[in-house]
Amino acid sequence: MSETKKGPQKPVETVERVTIRFAGDSGDGMQLTGSQFSETTAVFGNDLATQPDYPAEIRAPAGSLAGVSSFQIQFSSKDIQTPGDQPDVLVAMNPAALKVHLPDLRKNGMVIANSANFTKRNLQLAGWESNPLEDEKLFADYQLVDVDMTRLVSTAVEDLNMPNKLVARSTNMFALGLLYWLYGRGTADTRKFIETKFKKRPEIVEANIRALEAGYNYGDTLEAIPISYVVAKAKMASGMYRNIMGNQALAMGLLTAAEKAGLRMVYSGYPITPASDILHMLATYKNYGVVTFQAEDEISAITAAIGASFTGALAVTGTSGPGLALKGEAIGLAVSTELPLVIINVQRAGPSTGLPTKTEQADLNQALYGRNGEAPVVVLAPATPSDCFYMAFEACRIALEHMLPVILLSDGYLGNGSEPWKLPDLASLPPILNHKVTESNGDYHAFEIKDEKRLARPWAVPGTPGLEHRIGGLEKDAITGNVNYDPDNHQAMTIRRQQKVERVADNMPPTELYGDDTGDLVVLGWGSTYGAIRAAVQRLRENGQKVSHLHLRYLNPLPNDLGEQLLKFRKVMVPELNMGQLVRIIRAEFLIDAIPVNKVLGKPFVPSEIEERIMTILKESSDAN
Amino acid sequence: MPTDVATPALTRKDFTSDQMVRWCPGCGDYSILAQVQKIFPDMNRPKEEFVFISGIGCSSRFPYYMDTYGFHTIHGRGMSVATGVKLANPGLSVWLVTGDGDGMSIGGNHLIHLLRRNLDINILLFNNRIYGLTKGQYSPTSEKGMVTKSTPFGSLDHPFNPPALALGAAGTFIARTLDVDAKHMQKMIAEAYRHQGTSFLEIYQNCLIFNDNAFTDYSDKETKEDRQLLLEDGQPMIFGKGGNKGIRFDGHRPQVVDLENGKWSVDDLAVHDKSDKLLALMLSDLTYQSEFPTPFGVLYQIEKPCYEKQVYQQIDDAISKMGKGDLEKMLRSGHTWTVD
Repeated sequence: MSETKKGPQKPVETVERVTIRFAGDSGDGMQLTGSQFSETTAVFGNDLATQPDYPAEIRAPAGSLAGVSSFQIQFSSKDIQTPGDQPDVLVAMNPAALKVHLPDLRKNGMVIANSANFTKRNLQLAGWESNPLEDEKLFADYQLVDVDMTRLVSTAVEDLNMPNKLVARSTNMFALGLLYWLYGRGTADTRKFIETKFKKRPEIVEANIRALEAGYNYGDTLEAIPISYVVAKAKMASGMYRNIMGNQALAMGLLTAAEKAGLRMVYSGYPITPASDILHMLATYKNYGVVTFQAEDEISAITAAIGASFTGALAVTGTSGPGLALKGEAIGLAVSTELPLVIINVQRAGPSTGLPTKTEQADLNQALYGRNGEAPVVVLAPATPSDCFYMAFEACRIALEHMLPVILLSDGYLGNGSEPWKLPDLASLPPILNHKVTESNGDYHAFEIKDEKRLARPWAVPGTPGLEHRIGGLEKDAITGNVNYDPDNHQAMTIRRQQKVERVADNMPPTELYGDDTGDLVVLGWGSTYGAIRAAVQRLRENGQKVSHLHLRYLNPLPNDLGEQLLKFRKVMVPELNMGQLVRIIRAEFLIDAIPVNKVLGKPFVPSEIEERIMTILKESSDAN
Repeated sequence: MPTDVATPALTRKDFTSDQMVRWCPGCGDYSILAQVQKIFPDMNRPKEEFVFISGIGCSSRFPYYMDTYGFHTIHGRGMSVATGVKLANPGLSVWLVTGDGDGMSIGGNHLIHLLRRNLDINILLFNNRIYGLTKGQYSPTSEKGMVTKSTPFGSLDHPFNPPALALGAAGTFIARTLDVDAKHMQKMIAEAYRHQGTSFLEIYQNCLIFNDNAFTDYSDKETKEDRQLLLEDGQPMIFGKGGNKGIRFDGHRPQVVDLENGKWSVDDLAVHDKSDKLLALMLSDLTYQSEFPTPFGVLYQIEKPCYEKQVYQQIDDAISKMGKGDLEKMLRSGHTWTVD
């Protein structure tokens, strides 16, 4: 194995930010390639954001348009918020990938294609009438680097006598090596990764490393790419960093909350995209004492969690939209029995099964209203992949401190997206209180409020002598918790459950406003639209626009000061990846003529879209004046 | 399990809550409640360790009447709530009260999965072969042809046979008793308690409002002995007046034989072996066959590791192998880098 050698020096150009999209067939290993590039880039010291995009089918027909899988990364020497608008570089491992993604490439962008896969059959599958790599007109506005990666890798591993299939599978490492050369990062981290991942198959380690190095050296010597680029390290706050995906951060946030609360966590889930990773990760953290339970269905997953909560554990269940629908009745039970419970919804796109691997924010209404009777719950939403850590912690804290269920609305984009994360100082996170009672003073009443501030009931768990009691989904007496059908009691309990949620607003951090606290327009966002909104607002502010950004991480209850803050702006714009769910609440709650900006393409907003909409609104409003 | 700490002896009253029992007068549920409250002091276990979980239905009001920890949950989900209770604290004695509708219709999925996982939970399935609380629709155990409010021309469904269902779901303790047979029920409840693993006790329970006399054959003096096959492990299968009949197997086919006609003797009869799954299946299959008596008692029992014990074993093993989890280490797993 040779170390990376430097060939004849080529000119190097410094750029501030770059967006690369790796695209290929589902079997081409694009997710792995992308995440390796991200890891190396994070360790190198750039700021970055990533966005994987893959089909719902595990192995869609090879070469088909439906089977294209992609991974986009934007990295920069400056602070960035999103995985980028238009890619600068498109790696297209086959004709279908080129077909799907070429329209997104910026003008003069670079296409790196594996010409070996542009066979007659693959061209046909992708709907190309002739080989696009030979179409000069098509590439008039782009820079094409077509490389027969398969042949080059074959040559590099010739003496290993490997089956063609395995050789073909290593071509992604060739592409990765080439990109490493192009952006001046070394291959060492990925070599280490390969060595660990395929530890038991030395021939695969050898083939992948040779492919990686071949790609790197190819860039170094090839004339087709006359220049390489440098993206300098970003200036980031000092501290220790790692790259983190949203689902990973979320799992870690839950474990941290369990420790801070001094409780055992019981996490119960049913496999569902894109939430399953949380269950997978927690299942590997058994030595943290977490009990993970893969239930027989979504309903069992939440009701087992409710049983665990009744028994005094930190109970958490995770799912995606359709699963939340199935859990609705049980969430009502947790509301009614005033038990602490965290329900995670990693949202996907669409109604019914929808688009399982695509992102959307269309479950806000479901989270707020998707139950029978008056059954209010606390709803939170993380803003970025790393924020999933903090908001998972917050969800647990609020559930336990207020004795009620909390829904945490993540989404596919946050769950699978990644960014560098400055590791938190665990000591600075607050301890989490709970309402356990351990001793009987002879007059325990399960539903008697002792904590007037939060309206939290005492939590006496099975096994505690002298505190035996019964609870259930029937309406309960406001003190004893016994079944009570009295009309006034029902009214009082309904108000109590509502007030319990409202009181959470007194136990939330202040809302942060980015920009001035008055101005022409404020963009009000929630959840994963944070990055695109922040990037757009940042750019416009640099150009002198009086625009601010307010981002909600607490959706129910809304912050106490929200209305007041919004009213200081002439216009309120609410971008959401749905048909307008938060915007209706804002209009109803504050009688503000908030302007909706909506899209449901299964993809996140890009900053330019937000920027354009803001400018249109500002222009319309100045024309009107 | 009984604890070592000496606790003052409990009485039936200790297990009686202050709530008025609201079943219809004469309901079979009263007897079940009475037997449970009567026998629980014998378990010699602190009462705070008992938890009663239920779903929805007449039977599911049961937890309100027991002065233990209790949770009246939602329709069909008692099995899963009980699973969560046991997972969070395996030291508790968890009892699940369900009915034929709650446990085998809306909660059927949870029931079979609870059985196959074999958590140490005791299921009391009150089978009255009718929906009572919703006022008289046929249930998954109602006999075919039954005329009810929702089946004015007769039910078309084939009924579930609860013990067979439990066997199919890999249950490890499967028994049946009758609401009015106090002694037998107490014995079955005690055996269910002692069994480590999921205990499935089907209790034939009369609903005098919507399905009265569904089980009279098994309680009526005239018919009882001919219709009931009381199983005892290791004992020949004798039934009938004065023990005048028995069950023998002709290959795999059961047949009723007359012990008084001189052709057959007790030695020809099948001997019950509760660890024999095939036998249990054949016995449970007699349930809806009018030419055979219906089996009562422990049909099947085997030992198998409990799910929750293995869950905590995995946790202990992970801790001894990897060391107790350290959050700082977790955060720093994988690639990290420092910015000065």
